[in-house]
Amino acid sequence: MPITPRRIPAPEETDPSVYRDLGLKSGLEVHQQLLTARKLFCRCPAGPYRADYDAEILRHMRPTLSEMGEYDGTALMEKKTRKEVVYQITGDTTCTYEMDDTPPFKVNGEAVDIAIEIALLLGTSIVGELHIARKQYLDGSIPTGFQRTAIVGLAGRIPYGDRTIGITQISLEEDACREVEDRGHLRVYRTDRLSRPLIETVTDPDMKTPGEVADVCRIIARLARGTGKVRTGIGAGREDVNVSVTGGTRVEIKGVPRIPRIPGLVHYEAFRQRALLDIVERLKEKGLSAESFRTARRPLGAGDVSLPLPSIEHARSGDGDFALLVLPGFREILPWPVGPTRTFADELSGHIRVVACLDQLPNMLFEGDGHANEEFWGRLRRDSAAGPDDALVVVFGPAPDVTMAAGEIEARCRQAFRGVPNETRQALANGETRFERVLPGPERMYPDTDLPPLAIPDERLERIRAATLPPVWDREKWLRALGVPAHEAVPLAISRRYTVFRRAVEEQGASPKDGARVLISLFVALRREGCAVDGIPDTEIDALFGLFAGGRFAREIFPALLRAMAAGRSAKEAVAGIVGPPAPRSEVEPLLRGELAASTPAPEPERRARHILGGVMPALRGRIAGAEVRRMLAGIAGEVRK
Amino acid sequence: MIAPDALKGYRGAARDVLTRFSVRVWSDVEMDTTRGKFTGIILPRSETADDRHIVLKLRTGYNIGVAVSTVKEILETGYREAHYKIPEREFPYDPAKPRVKLLGTGGTIASRLDYRTGAVIPAFSPGELYGSVPELADIGNLETEKLYGVFSENMGPEQWIGTARAIGREIEKGVDGIVIGHGTDTMHHTAAVLSFMVQNTPVPIVMVGSQRSSDRPSSDAAMNLICSTKVAAESDIAEVMVCMFGPTSDQYCLLHQGTRVRKMHSSYRSTFRTIGDVPIGQVSPDSIRTIRKDYRRRRKDRNVTIQAVFEPKVAIVQYYPNMQPDIIEALIDNGYKGIVIAGTGLGHVNKPLYPALRRAHDKGIALFMTVQTLWGYAQMYVYDTGRDLMDLGIVPAENMLPEVAYVKLGWTLAQTTDLAEVERIMLTSYAREITEREPHDGYLIFQAGAPWLQEHFRKFWK
Repeated sequence: MPITPRRIPAPEETDPSVYRDLGLKSGLEVHQQLLTARKLFCRCPAGPYRADYDAEILRHMRPTLSEMGEYDGTALMEKKTRKEVVYQITGDTTCTYEMDDTPPFKVNGEAVDIAIEIALLLGTSIVGELHIARKQYLDGSIPTGFQRTAIVGLAGRIPYGDRTIGITQISLEEDACREVEDRGHLRVYRTDRLSRPLIETVTDPDMKTPGEVADVCRIIARLARGTGKVRTGIGAGREDVNVSVTGGTRVEIKGVPRIPRIPGLVHYEAFRQRALLDIVERLKEKGLSAESFRTARRPLGAGDVSLPLPSIEHARSGDGDFALLVLPGFREILPWPVGPTRTFADELSGHIRVVACLDQLPNMLFEGDGHANEEFWGRLRRDSAAGPDDALVVVFGPAPDVTMAAGEIEARCRQAFRGVPNETRQALANGETRFERVLPGPERMYPDTDLPPLAIPDERLERIRAATLPPVWDREKWLRALGVPAHEAVPLAISRRYTVFRRAVEEQGASPKDGARVLISLFVALRREGCAVDGIPDTEIDALFGLFAGGRFAREIFPALLRAMAAGRSAKEAVAGIVGPPAPRSEVEPLLRGELAASTPAPEPERRARHILGGVMPALRGRIAGAEVRRMLAGIAGEVRK
Repeated sequence: MIAPDALKGYRGAARDVLTRFSVRVWSDVEMDTTRGKFTGIILPRSETADDRHIVLKLRTGYNIGVAVSTVKEILETGYREAHYKIPEREFPYDPAKPRVKLLGTGGTIASRLDYRTGAVIPAFSPGELYGSVPELADIGNLETEKLYGVFSENMGPEQWIGTARAIGREIEKGVDGIVIGHGTDTMHHTAAVLSFMVQNTPVPIVMVGSQRSSDRPSSDAAMNLICSTKVAAESDIAEVMVCMFGPTSDQYCLLHQGTRVRKMHSSYRSTFRTIGDVPIGQVSPDSIRTIRKDYRRRRKDRNVTIQAVFEPKVAIVQYYPNMQPDIIEALIDNGYKGIVIAGTGLGHVNKPLYPALRRAHDKGIALFMTVQTLWGYAQMYVYDTGRDLMDLGIVPAENMLPEVAYVKLGWTLAQTTDLAEVERIMLTSYAREITEREPHDGYLIFQAGAPWLQEHFRKFWK
């Protein structure tokens, strides 16, 4: 039985054992912007994003050698694309540093401290010296052509269920530009995001199912958010997911914006790799080899390809070239499914879209794609004397791009004999991916000669360690042990008011339940009614819990007080305004004496005291601590007994 | 026993630790430290860095430093020495193409990593250049010669004279154009002095450098090199010029007259500006467009005059308020033969300097006045101070830039000590160092803010 394409199942119909049989391994690279006032290597403010811009500059990128004297494959690929890169400069958040017209300033110490804090929480070994490296990015996303980045910690572990997940490394780096447009040989970027401080946490490939990958990503994101020192919101956190199966290769899916999308992407990448490995077997069966594989190219006239497709009409209207490629033995390979909607032909199309900049789809034609009829292909087949097993592909566009495309298609077909090429892939909405670029290797690293290494002495480490809260999962455990219900403990553990809670309980004497209810449930409710509770300083909330624990007001008054504080009043002012002034002894004493006189002596003095207090407190509620009243009552009762 | 060179850059405590564990630079190691375990290759350390850390290259290509005080154990598992080398490819020869000579003096136009300092050092050969900028072969047949390998601050009379002589030799050999690779900091000094030392050149002489070293993907080196080689090979401009980025964008280079150009920003790509004039032309990899038309034209003959001489006892004095006369006295007492003053405004200094200046003049020291405003002429009749200074024997040097007047005075004083002759030579314009008139568009420093200008920034690459 010859090897034929296998069905690609949907994620929900796939049992975890299937991934085990595939040998699925997955790791994460979690990017998280840090909440600093300024950027990493200059004094520009880190934000906000802009919809417009003030000036434009143009750059081209050329690959350069690594420190070890090698060129990086990605860099060479980007060089082929001959891109013009335009930067839209936002003057308020961009200076000549981001334009690469000024060398870097000293690295932002605040960002280094936050990175170290998170590196400690991840259990990594902190380096003795931070060495800034240049990581080449020839796609233009950074005007220098490289990202300044430095390893902060290595080889950590985080708990996951009953096992642990290895943390390969955590680095501190500058963020890249936001892409505005990528069309043909032109890329446009906006510089407002550029050089914001970012940490990248890389895990070992320890996850075995798509669901685990999402779980671990959530844990890492929560850990960082739990410091209260990272940015939140759209684009502040982004993930790259590394996937491989047995016999496959590490493929990196770039820039996943939301965690819920991870499982689908991992699932379909695993099955794409399985399909590519099936193709290897099929080609072997057919007796074909990469070494002898050659495509034949024949020129076509524009008249040979008169199809009513915008991309073809575009090529016909310009000085477009048309070429027919004959791929020996690939006729059954091109329509081979590699995903629910994608085939091997899409792999070819993806490569020429990126490398030859033929980005108007369809950017190639092949038999069975539904764009041309049998007669069209029959004629080409006759004219080219192609064998019955050979695939025909038509490429079109500007002459240099067509030549580039022909070369890329041949190269990608050759890779099909080996299996899964090392690449980075772009996430698509349906869980599939498409080729983005060749996977970069260590060759793209180069030491940054503009800045000396930064020593991280033990004293700095100890200062940060002392001020660092326990990891979020330990906090959650502590909260649950205190009796805080789960729906409040989970958000409270990563809340920036976590330390306020701790002080309220440990220093002010508030009960854990009251503390959690106010800081989580009540804050949520007040936020919903548009009340700016998040603007209230921590110190004022501390003061409020102090007054509450001192009996100055009842818990029902918290909402009213917080509303007043959100409007700018201090805790003291709010209590004085709403609860009233503290009751002086001269007011309390007569009340107690009256109540004492009216009450009948009981055999149990404690019971009598409770009764008396119950009588006077409604008039005093919130204006004097109950304990104080009780003390006064004891004094008066003593006098009376004498 | 470890060879001393095997611990490149390591001193003191770091060196002791490496020796103790019998490991060396390029050792592949596993390190156990109080902060955890680290695995990688030991890299050389910059000599200017401290002696308390060891540099490791990790498998991922990242480098880290490990504090020696935390090291418990180092185990060598292998050895892998790196050779940072630009791939060399033999420069192709095409008999139909012009012959261009590239003389190297240093700078980052072609550079590689220097482990001694951790900075970049120049690398340079036709093969290396062709390996990194293959476009050069489309322009001409390139020959290279490394004259020096120095940063531009280390260029001086010896190198200027050597370079001028090399230019003379190459012109006689029949090259069609000369490109000089140079660090950017003092490129304008060298451009000016070569304008005087090499007279009547029949071919273009183009100085070039880079503001971003060529080991960066966004370097300006490649385009500067392509444009300058194109000018040397194809243009009809027989002048000493500087060819560097016009705007900061990768669009075109400007060709500046060697005597009217100045580095005006410490780091911008578009740092070189023509002062008090318009540039000679604009060059892109596809075209050369001249802006001024009064340049000297390329000739077939080889009649060049090389006058490579320089009197080193010449100084340039930037005047500042409260300057004390002892500065001038020190120059007199140390045997200086010429002083160029960069005065304020139209060419002024304060009264307390007068006696010292009179003494300098009496001692036969040549005194010339230039303006620290850079743009404009020394015009010493306008105010009394100027007239006083002229009475003291100070000669206004028209609109010669201070650095240009400085190198010209050194060149002149090496030819004659007769002050009248010195003055005649100084005030004769040989290479446009003095212009008779300043064009209306020779002083264009735009200031941001005007709406029309902001609109321009938004619409056009700059």
